[in-house]
Amino acid sequence: MLGLLAQFRAGADRMSLHLNSALEIASHTDPGIVRSHNEDSIASDADKGIVVLADGMGGYNAGEVASCMATTVISTELQQMLEEYSPFDIDPESGQTVAQSMLREQIAKANTSIYQAAQSQSQYAGMGTTLVVAMFHDNKVTVAHIGDSRLYRLRGDEFSQVTKDHSLLQEQIDSGLITPEQAKTSHNKNLVTRALGIDPAVEPEINDYDSQVGDIYLLCSDGLCDMVSDEDIGMAVQTLGANIKLCCQQLVQMANDNGGRDNISVILVKVVRDYAAPRGFVSRFFGWFK
Amino acid sequence: MAKLILSMDGLVLKEIQLTKERTTIGRKPHNDIQIDNLAVSGEHAVLVTILADSFLEDLGSTNGTMVNGQSVKKHFMQNNDVIEMGKYKLKYVADTAPAGATKADFEKTMILRPGAMRPAPAAPVAAAAGAPVGSPAPIAAATAVGGAPRMAKAGETQLNAAPVAMPPSPAASAPAQKIGMLQILSGAIAGRELELIKPLTTFGKPGVQVAVLTRRPQGYFVTHVEGANQPSVNGQSIGTAPHALKDHDLIEFAGVKMEFFYKV
Repeated sequence: MLGLLAQFRAGADRMSLHLNSALEIASHTDPGIVRSHNEDSIASDADKGIVVLADGMGGYNAGEVASCMATTVISTELQQMLEEYSPFDIDPESGQTVAQSMLREQIAKANTSIYQAAQSQSQYAGMGTTLVVAMFHDNKVTVAHIGDSRLYRLRGDEFSQVTKDHSLLQEQIDSGLITPEQAKTSHNKNLVTRALGIDPAVEPEINDYDSQVGDIYLLCSDGLCDMVSDEDIGMAVQTLGANIKLCCQQLVQMANDNGGRDNISVILVKVVRDYAAPRGFVSRFFGWFK
Repeated sequence: MAKLILSMDGLVLKEIQLTKERTTIGRKPHNDIQIDNLAVSGEHAVLVTILADSFLEDLGSTNGTMVNGQSVKKHFMQNNDVIEMGKYKLKYVADTAPAGATKADFEKTMILRPGAMRPAPAAPVAAAAGAPVGSPAPIAAATAVGGAPRMAKAGETQLNAAPVAMPPSPAASAPAQKIGMLQILSGAIAGRELELIKPLTTFGKPGVQVAVLTRRPQGYFVTHVEGANQPSVNGQSIGTAPHALKDHDLIEFAGVKMEFFYKV
């Protein structure tokens, strides 16, 4: 009987996980002007509400391998898990949303894969990647990040950075050593303090945020935010929000017009409709017995 | 490795590589940079260097520390900043990329691990091995002046090389660009002129028809954003791709005619 109930719940939840009518997603990745390789990697699934962006590092093509492993492992594993679990439930073990637990688990898995590949194959030694993942569920967005790939949000007229870089520069700003203004001229822009695949374990930063209809989320690699000021990025997202595909191209173009010294990747997610989880009488009724 | 060039009255006295995390400056002999002058306090200031960035902090000196003519307590050093203490000047010359490494290599994202910080301060010990440990060569003005001409030469070549090492700022690398203008020729606001200074200027009615004018280093472009109809330029519909604008192009958009031209 219990097994039957569980099946029913999973079935009901699966019904709710079609977000492609609520979310509009566009992305673009470009090697930039200086680099021959594109070490960035992106993945998205509008139906499941998952977007992943990784910026790899390491010699030869190791950076590409690391970032590609990260986006592939995380997006495919999350897609599979969403068939069985509903991300908005509360995980009784951690007291946090299931989405957070899922992300933590998959990031750990990706970390292990990259770390082991780097250990076992000499050409991949030392490879790693930054990561930013957003999962949309029940009018919320769960964001996980490692390193200096960022998530920004445009809500109304306010464009703000949601994630805080794991970088030397950010640590210097936090400790009051330099001001954000001075940070723009710093030479230490490229040093991250956390990355996926470098050590046997990694601690991602994961948070849930409420989302609203009309919000636009921007995930980007440092190739965008190092080349284009936050004001200009915000202006582009705001003025071209009606056409996010064009907006992605515009952002990449702005970074390239300013020198395009690094690979540039952007993913834009626009919330066009409410996507609250269906909490009908039946599922609530069974929820009591959980 | 960034360095300081110590000079007095235009004569270069010494070059100091900033190999240590903390480089102290003062009159007393235990300082890393000793300046034997009464205007300089015993412990005058300290320069904290973290990888490629250096920060100057005044240690409550009697006569204060000036950077580029301004009194500072704490300062984030920029290339070619000049620190003044009494009659002495210390010019800060930022890092030059190590030989063999290209600019692109240098900007690559790298992981900074806690353990990686430790070997760095160890290297300077080897570099400074020539000088007696614990008593960095004091700079007595009289002795230093004798050696000045040779040092000045070395200092100068370094100074010429320095600007090359600075990353070109996006603003500086873009050549001066002509400003585009838009004059409205028909409709309710006919005759109005608009200066296109912003990187993006949108026009139209959100939800109905919107187009954007982008300002790029190679000129201005008009692009369709949303709506059923696309703008036309000189009578031709531009489709959905960006369209480069030429001087005196005629744009027609949502029934409004306007002319694009460069400001003279």
